[in-house]
Amino acid sequence: MTEPALSFVGVWTLLIALGVLLYVLLDGFDLGVGMLHGFAHDAADREIIMNSIAPIWDGNETWLVFCGVALLSAFPLAFAIIIPAVYFPILVMLIALVFRGVAFEFRFEDRGRRVFWDRAFQFGSFVAVFAQGVVLGAFIQGFRVEGRVFSGTPVDFLTPFSILIGVALLFGYGLLGAGWLIIKTEGTLQDWARRQGRTCLIGVVIGIAVVSLWTPLMESRIAERWFSLPNILFLWPVPIATLAVIVWAWRALSGAVDAAPFIAAILLFLLAYLGVAISLWPMIVPYHFTLWEAASSSSTQAFLLVGALPLLPIILMYSGWSYWVFRGKARRDIGYH
Amino acid sequence: MTLDPLLISRIQFAWVIGWHILLPAFTVGAASYIALLEGLHLTTARSVYLRVSNFWIRIFAVAFGMGVVTGIVMPFQFGTNWSGLSDAAGNIIGPLMAYEGLTAFFLEAAFLGVLLFGRTLVPPWAHFIAAVMVALGSLFSSFWILAANSWMQTPAGYTIINGRFYPTDWFQIIFSPSFPYRLAHTVVAFYVTTGFVVLGVGAYTIRRGLFRDEGRVMMTTALSLLIVLVPLQMFIGDQQGLNTRRYQPAKLAGIEALWNTGSELPLTLFALPDPSGEQNNYAIEAPYLGSLILTHSLSGTVRGLKDFPADQRPPVAIIFFAFRIMVGLAILMLIQVVAGWWLRLRGRLFDRGWYLRACQLAIPIGFLAVLAGWTTTEVGRQPWTVYGLLRTAKSGTPSLAGHDVLVSLLCYAIAYLFVYPTGVIFMLGLVRRGPGEAAPAPVEAGRPQMPVRRLPSPPQPEDVR
Repeated sequence: MTEPALSFVGVWTLLIALGVLLYVLLDGFDLGVGMLHGFAHDAADREIIMNSIAPIWDGNETWLVFCGVALLSAFPLAFAIIIPAVYFPILVMLIALVFRGVAFEFRFEDRGRRVFWDRAFQFGSFVAVFAQGVVLGAFIQGFRVEGRVFSGTPVDFLTPFSILIGVALLFGYGLLGAGWLIIKTEGTLQDWARRQGRTCLIGVVIGIAVVSLWTPLMESRIAERWFSLPNILFLWPVPIATLAVIVWAWRALSGAVDAAPFIAAILLFLLAYLGVAISLWPMIVPYHFTLWEAASSSSTQAFLLVGALPLLPIILMYSGWSYWVFRGKARRDIGYH
Repeated sequence: MTLDPLLISRIQFAWVIGWHILLPAFTVGAASYIALLEGLHLTTARSVYLRVSNFWIRIFAVAFGMGVVTGIVMPFQFGTNWSGLSDAAGNIIGPLMAYEGLTAFFLEAAFLGVLLFGRTLVPPWAHFIAAVMVALGSLFSSFWILAANSWMQTPAGYTIINGRFYPTDWFQIIFSPSFPYRLAHTVVAFYVTTGFVVLGVGAYTIRRGLFRDEGRVMMTTALSLLIVLVPLQMFIGDQQGLNTRRYQPAKLAGIEALWNTGSELPLTLFALPDPSGEQNNYAIEAPYLGSLILTHSLSGTVRGLKDFPADQRPPVAIIFFAFRIMVGLAILMLIQVVAGWWLRLRGRLFDRGWYLRACQLAIPIGFLAVLAGWTTTEVGRQPWTVYGLLRTAKSGTPSLAGHDVLVSLLCYAIAYLFVYPTGVIFMLGLVRRGPGEAAPAPVEAGRPQMPVRRLPSPPQPEDVR
């Protein structure tokens, strides 16, 4: 195709970045809630924990579909290389999401085997989160590519680094989940959520520290991005801000404002996300194709943009409305009971 | 032993789409049916509609939940196993699938929560709007995914550069030649499928003697819809056949197991097609009917399979039989619906035990017809993913070995064989519990709007005369 006068690559980069961020934050907290469900003390607490996400999890998970098909539309080459490279983590994630998703209804219908479906919900959440972390790890460490196809094997993804990211993400989503539960619960259950949040925050801090050291050691291009002049002059606020948010998050977990730990967790994710973006920019298939090289035709990007620009705000509005309907503390009588 | 990754990928895709399509086959129609019931309740204020609606909402929730999670599997298949297709055609099919997400999935997801759990939290009109939005979402979803499928079946509005498809005209891409027929045929198929489920569950409810009012509402609403939809579906199917003759002649020849081009052709009712000998064995034929049905004229010409090179023909036997199963089921459906109306007009609909039992037996009929139809159209477009342009053999993921795909196929096989029967058992349990229990007492300003719970009428003998 001839190079068009107008390029939409920048807009689509922003939209997909926003989609991934929304997915990570939204499904992140409800997957986190799913993991924490396994540590709850009794059946009554588990009911409330479940009901805190029952009306909204489906919309949250839809952002995963959006990210997948938006990547296929705007950067088809990236989709065609990355997804085969993470064949098994994607498979495991999808199967885990199947079991976790049906558990919402099945545990309610099948009181006799509720323990089984509770386990499916909890393990499904754990496995899906771990698999997503592994995908992120594989993405950061890069893929073998020849021409326009992934040329490695479907087990290339499996490295200590990708496993580390998988574990770190367990704590990250756990922190988001704990933050959500602090907002949606009260009394002893809320105290319990705060304790879970502190455990997760410790895991997150260790994870961020190890990844921040490991990544530049593993990939010299990333080390250069962060530590060369003049970049370091602009980038030093990122780690400093991360430290500040960690301190605030720790305090918020025992503070009086219910929403504060959740907001702190979101900020922490934003900073980590920014860190990854800075490290890899402008690669969409690290370290082979840039966003511009993998982009679809301008006609494709324009056609989807025409709809996406008005629809995304509308989606955010009515999704927001459905959150608003179920606002306030989670109750045992709203949801499954 | 060498395993062909392409063949196993095809089996895997058939497996995950085959199970997945059963859920929209029910939920697309059920969403519209629930919106209809909610609307009837809002306008007539008859509480029976509310009870029937609440009953179907519970069943819908189980099916929809399964549909969502098995649906998320689908777009990822294009990356994991069909990256060749994604790279070649992503520029065109990508946005069609993305629009499905943007217009349908978010709409369904956001309003489903309100539909399921919000009856006591929002005003009745808002709850009705939520039901309408979920129904609209399911229709938008059908629109876009069938636009993508139809473009692959009858591509239009594209140009090919370096072996990849680029868009030239989006209107032609969305409204590709087979799209209007495929969309109508599929959506009506989904409505009919739901109609037979509602009819059969209503018959069961009446036979049990509990909740007779609710059972009557289900049976009469279903029959009223089906008497229009089933004949309409036969008409649309015929139109799609004409469209296939024009744009996918090899598929039509395969469906009819027609080897030689000719006119005044018979209709092959039964045969054992023999692809290597390029002929049919044990054929039972009805003279002139072939040309009449396929071309709407006794002397119409239809191209035979020998017109196409052997490597461009679909697997004949599969689509020949799948198509005949679909049509046979359609004829059974028509008989069932006409018989129902004959009884209804004579005021005997609810007390003929044999008919109620037949309705119960017919619950799965729509699902079987959908699977047979889907098999016909998807196997019939082989050996192409993008018809006539991109071969299935060039569409796979090159980095996969046979054993990789075998592992994933086994995972999907085990997961679905566990989840689906479980889901069906739960839905049957909901049906057995009946519409009475599913109705919560809607409370407004602290006072119940209607008697808190309608007492079930005492059990009655099964065949009430």
